[in-house]
Amino acid sequence: MSQASDSFMQIEQPGISSRSLPLKIRDLTVAYHRKPVIWDIDLSIPEGKLVSIVGPNGAGKSTLIKACLELIPRTSGEVSIYGQSYKKARKRVGYVPQRESVDWDFPVSALDVVAMGTYGKLGWFRRVSKRSKALSMEALERVGLADYAHRQISQLSGGQQQRTFLARALVQDADIYFMDEPFAAVDAATERAIVELLKELQKRGKTVLVVHHDLATVPQYFDWTVLLNMRVVAAGPTDEVFTQENLRRTYGGKLTLFTQAANEVVQSR
Amino acid sequence: MEWYSIDTWIVVIGALAAGACALLGNFLVLRKMSMMGDAISHAVLPGLAIAFLVTGARASLSMFIGAAIVGVLTAVFTQWISRFGKVDEGASMGIVFTTLFALGLLLIVQGADHVDLDPSCVLYGAIELTPLDVVWRPTLFGCSLEVPRAALVLAGVTLFNAVFVVAFFKELRISSFDAELATAMGINSKLMHYLLMTLVAVTTVACFEAVGSIIVIAMLIVPAATAHLLTDRLWLMVVLSVLIAIGSAVLGHLSALIVPGWFGFADTSTSGMMAVMAGLIFSTVMLFAPKYGVLPRLVRKTEAVR
Repeated sequence: MSQASDSFMQIEQPGISSRSLPLKIRDLTVAYHRKPVIWDIDLSIPEGKLVSIVGPNGAGKSTLIKACLELIPRTSGEVSIYGQSYKKARKRVGYVPQRESVDWDFPVSALDVVAMGTYGKLGWFRRVSKRSKALSMEALERVGLADYAHRQISQLSGGQQQRTFLARALVQDADIYFMDEPFAAVDAATERAIVELLKELQKRGKTVLVVHHDLATVPQYFDWTVLLNMRVVAAGPTDEVFTQENLRRTYGGKLTLFTQAANEVVQSR
Repeated sequence: MEWYSIDTWIVVIGALAAGACALLGNFLVLRKMSMMGDAISHAVLPGLAIAFLVTGARASLSMFIGAAIVGVLTAVFTQWISRFGKVDEGASMGIVFTTLFALGLLLIVQGADHVDLDPSCVLYGAIELTPLDVVWRPTLFGCSLEVPRAALVLAGVTLFNAVFVVAFFKELRISSFDAELATAMGINSKLMHYLLMTLVAVTTVACFEAVGSIIVIAMLIVPAATAHLLTDRLWLMVVLSVLIAIGSAVLGHLSALIVPGWFGFADTSTSGMMAVMAGLIFSTVMLFAPKYGVLPRLVRKTEAVR
């Protein structure tokens, strides 16, 4: 095959070449006070997948995300995003932190928060343009919060706050998203709205990684799953790795409480 | 009450000092590190003393630099101690600034024989004396002015802080609200933190001589906290905090002249009264602010029950 057609292949199917994988992690270890939180993580995520990261409390799920985004120092290992270091790939990455990580009494409106998603591409000193404001408003409409744009954010419900964060991620216009528990404490309607949004992102070829707590909905929402407990227990297509055996290995004794629920989930598929 | 041009200058200098502090104070309050202003304003003392002992002069520039360095070190040490020392940030702040402040006091007291640097002046300032140090006599619109040094220095610092807040408004907003997202996007929130701390240190030093460190702490926190009760918009909060700071300075000097007379005393300290006025304004706002005030909320609650 000629070189020209080779590179053509790469452009057509970037997922095929390992260089352009949305996320590739090698030997990643993160330790606090010399105690490892995540240990020797190897992970490759193909393009266009909706990925759940599941594991017990303290398994290092948030740590994994933050280490990918260089928010916390890595003890060792490498993370590449579309074949590049995080610093170079930054503009292709979107991030939704945990809702409790910010002060909702902060004097900003929902629209202000969403507009923050455009700051990264604006660069220093530049002001938010009318166009970014319009984009932010559009994103708020897409999550069904247009009427709440000018509300101070503490006057939104938990689900609305979560959707504000998602709208902010939308205006980041990234190719790969890291979301830390976007489903935490939201009502059923919001959960459906979020799932729809995630599927839409997937349809547009985006890769989305979601820290998720509700085992029951994993097979329904996500087509790729990473089971994490300090190490990667299993990672791959959800229907292959989301098995009783793997869940037991991930949760260990902690699963006893919902073993039954998990059994039902796995068997019902 | 008699009003002289010296009174005008006292009010101007007080307002400039208060305004410079209030501008930065908004972001300290919103970042939940109000006490960092307290810590830095005490901790810069050894910076001042060392700068003085090294250069042997009370030159403003070397003192600014000395204070700025120690101010940033305070922020750095605080982070280190809370990270490696198994204590929370509040406690590590307490460790750092008391140690540095005591060191500064020792340095001053040791050098006091031949040094014109007075610890009580650092704490309380001497705003009533600042108008006497005239450095510039311009004529504006046919009026000849006698501009004191403190007014010039503080006008410079206030202007610089205002430019900083306007130029970095977007960066200050996102790094104060969501430091992680800011950093993930390439807006280094640690850098913003240290820039802010440096400006707090410089502002503190500039204000020391005029109003003293106690008022600096008050003006870093109280106007911003008051403004936060009045609005949900960040830019408006910044504007209101400056207006409240200026209001405290004006009311502070007026009441320093008038109030003691009611009880048969001579006039009292302006900088003390400024802090008292700021506190009074805060209490009034806390009670009556339309949206977040205690009383309007109580009224709304009872109406809702009915």
